[in-house]
This record gives sequence, C-alpha cells and structure tokens, in this order.
Amino acid sequence: MPAAAAETTPLLALRGITKRFPGCLANDHVDLEVGRNEIHALLGENGAGKSTLVKIIYGVMKPDEGSLFWQGAPVAILNPAYARRLGIGMVFQHFSLFEALTVAENIALGLNDRKERADLSARIVEISTNYGLPLDPGAAVHDLSVGERQRIEIVRCLLQKPKLLIMDEPTSVLTPQEVEKLFAVLRRLASEGCSILYISHKLEEIRALCERATIMRLGRVVARVDPRAKTAKELAELMISAELKPASQRRAAPVGGAPRLAVERLTIRSTHQFGTDLKEVSLSVAGGEIVGIAGIAGNGQTELMDALSGEVPAERPETVLLDGVAAGHMGPRERRKLGGCFVPEERHGHGAVIAMTLAENAFLSANVRHALARLGIVDKPRTVEFTRGIIERFDVRTTGPHAEARSLSGGNLQKFLVGREVQQNPSVLVINQPTWGVDAGATLAIYEAIVKLAEGGTAVLIISQDLDEIFLLCDRIMVIAGGRLSPSIPVKEATIEQIGLLMGGTSQGGSTSQSGGTSQGGAAAPGAKEPEGERRAV
Amino acid sequence: MSFFLQSFLVSVIAASTPLLLAATGELVAEKSGVLNLGVEGMMLVGAIAGFATAHSTGNPFLGVIAAIFAGGAMALIFGFLTLTMLANQIATGLALTIFGRGFSALMGAGFVGIAAPTLPKLKVPLLTELPFIGPVLFGHDILIYFSFVALAATGWFLYRTHAGLILRAVGDSHDAAHAIGYPVIRIRYAAAMFGGAMAGLAGAYMSLSYSPLWAEDMTAGRGWIALALVVFSAWRPAWLLGGAYLFGGIMYLSLYVQGLGVPIPSPFVSSLPYLGTVLVLVIISRDRRRIRLNQPASLGRPFHATA
Amino acid sequence: MSAVLFRFEPRGERSTLWVYGSPVLAILLTIVSTGIIFAAMGQPPARAVYTFLVEPLVGPSGISALLVKASPLIMMGAGLSVCYRANVWNIGCEGQFTLGAIFAGGLAIAMPDASFWFLFPAMILFGCLGGMFWAGIVAWLRTRFNANEILTSLMLTYVAQLLLIYLVTGPWRDPKGFGFPQTALFSDSATAPILFAHTNIHLGCLFAPLLAIAAWLVLSKSTLGFQLRVVGQAPRAARFGGFSEARLIWIALLISGGLAGLAGMFEVSGAIGQLTTTISPGYGFTAVIVAFLGRLHPVGAIFAGLLLALSYLGGNSAQIDLGMPNAVTGIFQGILLFYLLGCDILILYRLKRTGTQAQTAKLAEGAAE
Repeated sequence: MPAAAAETTPLLALRGITKRFPGCLANDHVDLEVGRNEIHALLGENGAGKSTLVKIIYGVMKPDEGSLFWQGAPVAILNPAYARRLGIGMVFQHFSLFEALTVAENIALGLNDRKERADLSARIVEISTNYGLPLDPGAAVHDLSVGERQRIEIVRCLLQKPKLLIMDEPTSVLTPQEVEKLFAVLRRLASEGCSILYISHKLEEIRALCERATIMRLGRVVARVDPRAKTAKELAELMISAELKPASQRRAAPVGGAPRLAVERLTIRSTHQFGTDLKEVSLSVAGGEIVGIAGIAGNGQTELMDALSGEVPAERPETVLLDGVAAGHMGPRERRKLGGCFVPEERHGHGAVIAMTLAENAFLSANVRHALARLGIVDKPRTVEFTRGIIERFDVRTTGPHAEARSLSGGNLQKFLVGREVQQNPSVLVINQPTWGVDAGATLAIYEAIVKLAEGGTAVLIISQDLDEIFLLCDRIMVIAGGRLSPSIPVKEATIEQIGLLMGGTSQGGSTSQSGGTSQGGAAAPGAKEPEGERRAV
Repeated sequence: MSFFLQSFLVSVIAASTPLLLAATGELVAEKSGVLNLGVEGMMLVGAIAGFATAHSTGNPFLGVIAAIFAGGAMALIFGFLTLTMLANQIATGLALTIFGRGFSALMGAGFVGIAAPTLPKLKVPLLTELPFIGPVLFGHDILIYFSFVALAATGWFLYRTHAGLILRAVGDSHDAAHAIGYPVIRIRYAAAMFGGAMAGLAGAYMSLSYSPLWAEDMTAGRGWIALALVVFSAWRPAWLLGGAYLFGGIMYLSLYVQGLGVPIPSPFVSSLPYLGTVLVLVIISRDRRRIRLNQPASLGRPFHATA
Repeated sequence: MSAVLFRFEPRGERSTLWVYGSPVLAILLTIVSTGIIFAAMGQPPARAVYTFLVEPLVGPSGISALLVKASPLIMMGAGLSVCYRANVWNIGCEGQFTLGAIFAGGLAIAMPDASFWFLFPAMILFGCLGGMFWAGIVAWLRTRFNANEILTSLMLTYVAQLLLIYLVTGPWRDPKGFGFPQTALFSDSATAPILFAHTNIHLGCLFAPLLAIAAWLVLSKSTLGFQLRVVGQAPRAARFGGFSEARLIWIALLISGGLAGLAGMFEVSGAIGQLTTTISPGYGFTAVIVAFLGRLHPVGAIFAGLLLALSYLGGNSAQIDLGMPNAVTGIFQGILLFYLLGCDILILYRLKRTGTQAQTAKLAEGAAE
C-alpha cells in the first residue's frame, strides 16, 4: 500500500476477490475501493456478481482468493457479527425480519451486546425521527408496509453507528416519495462520515445519488465511472453490453392476424404474501408474434403468470381469451385443451416435481393435449416415447426419460421444460423467465425453439428480467411495474435506455407503488424527477 | 350446594393441572419451531418413572425429579432424530408415543395395583380453614401451585427476556435467526427437552397425586389434548391457562355428571373432551389469518443450515 | 458451536442402496436393542429374542396366526401409504377401523338368523363405508375449516372407541352373554369364510395383500395415483397440473379410511366373531409403522405387516413362555420406528468425517457464524 495521508486511504478496498460456485464464477478478480464520505454505486444486471461480492464484504461468505482492506489494514471478515464490529452495516434486499415480532424486538435481535439494548425503544424513536424515517417500536412487523419494514433494517444498522452502510437494491420496494426520503438520509449519512455502498441497476437513481460507480458484468469489473458525468444510455450500455444485434437482423416480422392470446383489463389481488396486485392489465398477442414483458422481479410477473395459466381464476371469463374463447374461469387443464402452454418461472416444485422422473414430469403437463392417459390409467409407453422426443429434439443431457428431474443441471432441466411445452404444439405459449439460471448453450437452444414455434404460427409471450433476450427475440415489448403494464412498443423503435427507465418506474405509465402486506396510499407521481424531455417515453 | 361447587372447583383445578403442565412445555417447544407429537408417550414415561421411584425410595419428590429426567430423556431422543438426523417430525413424534406407551407398560408391569407415597398437599395454616375459598385456593397439591408458577415463568421468559426473544425468533424464521448468528439447533434441543421435562412432570402428577396409582395408558389421551390446547391458546401462555381449565372442566364434567346419576350413557359423557377438542380446533383453525399470525412460522419444518 | 468431527453432506439424489438398506439396518439394530432390553430384564437375550421372533412361527398354527394377525395391518398400512404419499397425515386409522367394525357388526347383529349369501358381501360394503364415513369427517374438517388432520383424526379415535363401548355395553349387548360387554356371536353367514380347513386363515387374509397390490397399482399406474403423489411432493406443481388439492385430500382420506374400515370388519367377522370392547390392540397405530417400514409403498406394507404381526405374536409368546408383559410388543415397534427414521437420513445424506486439521479449522471458522 502506498504511503498516503489518512484522508485518501480508502475506507474499504477489495483486491482480486474471486469466488467460485459449482458451474459459475461469481466474482472474477474484482477490485473495488470505497472512499470516506463517499456514496459509491455498484452497478450491474442480475447475475453480474454484485450480491456475492457484497456478501463477502459482510462476512456471509468467504472469498476463494483475494484480500480485503479496512481503513488501510488487511482484515478477514469471518462472519456478520465481526463485520458489524468493524463498522459495516448491511440492508439486505430481502429483509431478514421476524414477522410475528415487534419493531423493537427485531432490532434487539440484531444487537449482540446487552448494553446496546438498553433504552432501545427510546433510541429507536430518536434515531428514526432524527433521520426522517419514523418508526413505532411497538408495532408488529407484519402490519407494516414494505417501505416501513426497510426502515427497520436501516435503523437497526444506524444504531450501531456504522462507517460503511451497504444497501442492496433498496428502492425496488419504495414509492418515489420514499425514495427521495431515503436519498436525503443517505446523503446526510455520507456527510456525517458514513460511506454508502449502493447496489442497484436503476440508472437515474444512481446518477442522482452517487459520486462513483463500479460497473460489473458477468463477475468482472468492466468500468469505473462518475455516474453524474454519464448519461443513462451510456451507463446502460456499459452494464449490458455493446453487442446487441439490431432488431432488424432477426426473422421477418409476422403478418398481422387475430390475437390468439388476449387479456382484457385483468385486475387481481395477489395471493402471495408480499405479492403485487395486478391492475387493469391488458395485452394481446397475435399468431406468429413474440411479445416481451420486461420488468424487475416482484412487480407482478408471478401473479400475471398465475392468471394466464389458470392457477388463479380471473374475475370474468372474458378477461382472458385463448383463440377467442373466454377462458378466464378455466383451470390449467381446460386452458391446455384450448392450446395454451405455460412455463413458470420456478423450475423446482412448480414447473417440475424434482423428485419425479422426466417422464412423470412430462405427463404432468402434456397429458391433456397428447392423451397420455387412457381411462384413468397412465399410458407409460406413450409417455416415455413423448419424453424421449423432447430429450432428443432439445438435446437434453440426461440418462434418459427415467432420470429424476433433480439430476439435471439447471440449463438442461429448463430445456426440458420448455421443450415439453413446445412439443405440445400450442397455439399460445407463455414463458416466465425463460433462461434464468441457464447456461449459454441451453439459452441458445431455448431461443431457437421459441423462434421456430413463433414461425409456425404460435403466439408467444415472454416475461423476462433480461433485457438482452427481450430485444433479441421480441417483436413488441411492454414493461410491467407495480402491477401495471405499459403500452406496447415495437422493438425496432424502443431503446434500451427507455425500457430501462420504464423498468425503474420513472416514466409515465409506470408506477412503483406496491401493496405489500397492507395497502399503501399514494400513487406515484409519474416522471416527477425527470425534467429533461429526452427521457420521456415515446 | 356450595359444597358441591367447592368440590367441583377443587376437582376441576386438579383435573386441569396435567393438561396445563404438559401444554406449557409443548408451547415452549413449538414456539421454537419444534412440533413434538410424543407428549402422550412422554407423560406416560414420566408417570411410571415417578411412580416407580417414589415407591422404591419412599420419597415422592425424588419421583418427581425422576419423572422430569425421564421426560427430558425422551425428548432428547426426539431431538436427536428430528434435529440432527433430520427425520420427519410427525413420524418421530408418533414413534415416541408408541414407544412411550410400550416402555411405560413394560416398566410398570410390576407396579399395578400398588400404592406409592403421594405428594403432600400444601396446607397454609388459617388460610386453608377459610370457608369455601380455603380449600379451593389453598390446600392443593404442590404441583398444582407449581403449574401456575411454571406458566407465569414461561410467559415471563418468552416475553420479557432476551433469551426468550431469541427462541421466538427461531420459531418465526430459522433462516433469519441463523443469518444473524444464533445456534438454531441448540436452541431447539433445549426447548424440546423442556417440553419433555414438563410432560414428564405432568405424568408424575397423575401417578403421584391425581389418581394416584399406576395403570397402563393412564393418561387416556391427555397428551393429545394438551397438543390441541397449544393450538387453542394461539401459542400464548395467558390463553393456555383459560384453555387448560376449559378442557379440564370438560374432562371433569364427564365424571361429575356420571356421579349425579344423570341418565346419559357414560361413554357419551366421556367423549365430551375429545369432541370438545375437535370443536375448538375447528373454530380456531377457521380463522386462517389468526393462525398464520400466531403460529410459529417455522413450526415442524426441518432446519438445514446452508452456510 | 464447537467444531464437529463428522457431518452430513447431501448426496444430491436418493441412494437406491439405502432405500432398501435402511429398513434392513433398522430391523437389525432393533433386534439387537430388544435383546439388550431383554437382558436388562434378566432374560437370556438370545433365548428371549428367539422366543419373540422365531417361536411364534414354529408349528402348523404359527403361519396361520401370522397371516391372520397381519391381515388388518397390511390393509391399513397400504391405505396409509397412499394417504401419506399425498402428505395427508391420517393418524386416526384406529378409529376408522372401529367404525368399520361397528357398521359391519351392526349389520350382522341386526340379522342374527339370516342366511342370505349376500349378507357377508353387504358387511364388506358396510365396513368400508364405516371407515370412509369416519375419515370423511376428518376430510371435511380439513378442507372446509383448515383443521389439522392429525389432531382431529386422533380425537375421533377416542370418540370411536367410546362409541363402541357404549354400543357393546348398552343396546347391542348380548342378552344371553351373562352381562359381559360383548355382542352375540355373528351368525355363520356373517362370519368371514375360512380359506383353508383347520386354520383360522379367513378371506381377509387374501383380501389384504390383494388390496395392497391394488393400492400400489392405483398409486403407480393411474392418473389419480399420479395426482396424489404430485400433491404430496409439490402442491404448487399440482396446481400447475390443474389438480384440485381439496379433492385429492378427500380421496386420500377416503381410501385410507375405507381400507381401515374394511380391516375392522374382517377382524370382527373373522378373527373375533363378535363385537367386544377390545377389538384392536392398537392396530391403527401400528399401521403407521407398517406404512413407514414399507417405505410408504403399498406392497412394502405386505412385508412390513408380516414383521409387525410377528411382533404381536412375539409379545404374546414372551408373555406366556417368559412371563414378560406383552408390552414388549410396543417397545419393539417403537424402537423399530426410531431406528428406521434415523437410518433414513442415509438415503439423502452421507456421513463425512472431517479429520484433517485444516478442515477442522475451516469448519470452526464457518461454524463460528
């Protein structure tokens, strides 16, 4: 370490951090420096390696190679308690809160020292009001909105007087007003001597808040910039890649036709614990079209998938139309009879039963359209033959139709599940996160299958967080945010920057208000922070 | 008339005590996320251990201590199988009951029809002599007073100490508790063994005070009722008291009604506690939100640390 | 937590070796433990184990007794296998058994002098209906009110027993029975036909393995069986497949209840010949062990049922020959289930020693979290 004055020694320095998981290099010789009084952004897409890096900093994981330096001195951060003692606090993206307990109890659980727990309620009130994040220590967590829950996490960190506060995707669950409040708190903290390491992929926020940004892609650091000096477009390009094929290079756009899948003002309350209600969602997909719905996870995609597959019935039959037939009241079996096929986002336990064989998993979905059962008895030979067909056609690496689903790698299982639906010759195919957790080879195979299916006249709807693949595959694109769907834009006319902004909910039509456990008032004021005209949606 | 009411109350209190003791222990176990269906078996083992020890040593207090250890040992077996060997909690609890019934019957074979020294009643001079209130409130068995103390202590422990908070946190989300750094498995072992010790104590109460004798299967399903009682109380100690007395009252009522010579066939009256339990379960379970809010979220789910 | 010297590491897939090996190991460990308990009670262990496990089979009536004893266990165990595979925890088999006996026995008593050929088939039907009725209550409480099926089915077991006591000591008591709590003996046409002369092997002994095989066929080959298995392993995938969870819960309970009722019917019309207050020495609970020992596979229940039937006979023979209380049976069964549950971990996990210094230190570091 060069001899430097104390003020220029970085607060936190990472050198050559490497972390491997089976089948994936999460962090590849990452260098990172966070200075004092600095708000530093860690920018990158899902899967870029940000979460892993930050877990290493907080002591949840240990790096395979590399070293960490705290205030200039080398450290080994053994566990979160150790990190807290050093002065590192972390607000996770997925809160580790105890639902049934009160605010004060939750915070007390994170404080190891008995002395720290003295006068806890009073100190909570003091700090939380001081920083403009008021909390009632006696409130039960399950009664709080998601934004309020985040305050608990933040106040819990603040009570320990951290020198570095790590925030992992903090604003995906906040309304724009709450975001403003949060930023005020963070700026204040930075000026008072607590640096912030801010992980996000929301470009406008980073430009508004952060002085420095380290951009990661596929486990590596690809750039270090001052985000205020870059436009959102430049940041997005650094984040994603510069190699997107222009939309016109793809297959010919389809001839217009009657919509094979139509959704008419679908409004549904979420059945999941922290779900997002759907509000007035409307879309239509014609035969031969591939339509994409982009959006950050947690904005209603699961609810939309449930409503389309029939696992959750719609309020009126006419809300969902398959080839013109009212299907909103139908369950999955009837919708499959009408030609709808579905690939849910979760392979384990939803799209497939992992302890069962591939043949049994094939039967799970395909038995309706392929008559794999006769008189209530499973036609094993037919099912096995069908399964073999999937395995061969989609090059699924496995020992055969009798292999258990859990013995397949993620990519192979996904190939199988997509193939299972494609082999049924659907008129409509809906896929949620087609290539999440899937290797490059399997990804290409899946893309090929989807394109071929569309060329054959099927209407395809893809829900994805991966902008690359949406731009690659789709003819039209919509964005889902806060349970609402934006109007569709032909891909040829859309720009990454514009879509990214819609995903971040900072433009007209996009709302980040969520209902969480209780309803929150206050719809988002659209585009409130964006004075420049160029960022409005076209 | 008041004599009947007085003896009725005294008897209800006595009948409710084994339920209260066993349910208090199981409540703590369940609060930490451990579902131990073996309460019936642990009670029986405690009953025979207590009886045999009291008979052999002539000292009922030693019997009580033996019962506590016996119950705790049974719970240790349960803990080992479910927490360390990750076995299915339902099956293991059942195994515990089947084993407990068999083991207690085996150990107790030589003790049927024999008398053992019983637990003394607490006689507070003067206060016990008070008309009506005297025998009802004072003059009970030591264990009956202990059952109140234990319940109060449990409530205080769970809601007023940091250790109790940690236990409740483990039951709410073992993953979050593990992320913070608490030793989930160790805490669950301790909670389960407390449950076992209390069940053993409940059994000792039955064989050394309530009956007082030993007979095969003498708990007659009280262990199962204690489990229902924990659900009924929505895992809250204060409600446990009311529930225990409600169920105990129903149990005693069946005996009482028969004593009155009312022409209802005795099996019907005896079935009241069980039917009552079903009814209570139905009423409680209907409100899914209440269950969801109060039931420890990780109850019955195995914990496997993913580092 | 201090460093541990061994730990369980997930295998990533089920080990076929241990799927079959675990019960075998459990049985061996149980025999050894039972021997130790016998020794602790002052009996020579080898002789006691022989008396318990081998002697009941010796002699011509040994096999016959085994088959008769095993028949209700196999029937109920097979039904429970189906039920548990669907993740429905019916613990009230004993009560469903009792109701089947009551329904069938009631029919028999109502027609004491009848000699229609279809009386017995009608009793079969009634037995089945009785068990299904009792299990149906549990299903209704679970699907309509979300009441936990373990507790409700258990409570109903006690109620069933009390109902039986009431009937047998009250309205159904045999007036010529000298006041004993039992009904009149069933007429010949209400008694289960004997299959082999000079034995006690009745029709139920044939039905039991046949029903177990039928249950296995349904579970493995039919769409219904598939749906039950899916709902038991992944309820969300079941919804994806379009199956109704509530309907499957009903079916699982009705199947296991019906089989239990049938077992009760055969027991009172075959082995016992009348209704008494003690028609079952806990068969319903033992059936739970049968189901687990048989790996929740209905055909496995056949073998498991035979072994556990042997434990009943062994308890009797230990009582007669060695003067030991026949509670030994309960201990054997309980210990067997313990060992089985413990050995099962080897199916999904392997035991790893962490012997080296560096590894132990690393574990210590990790465990210090």
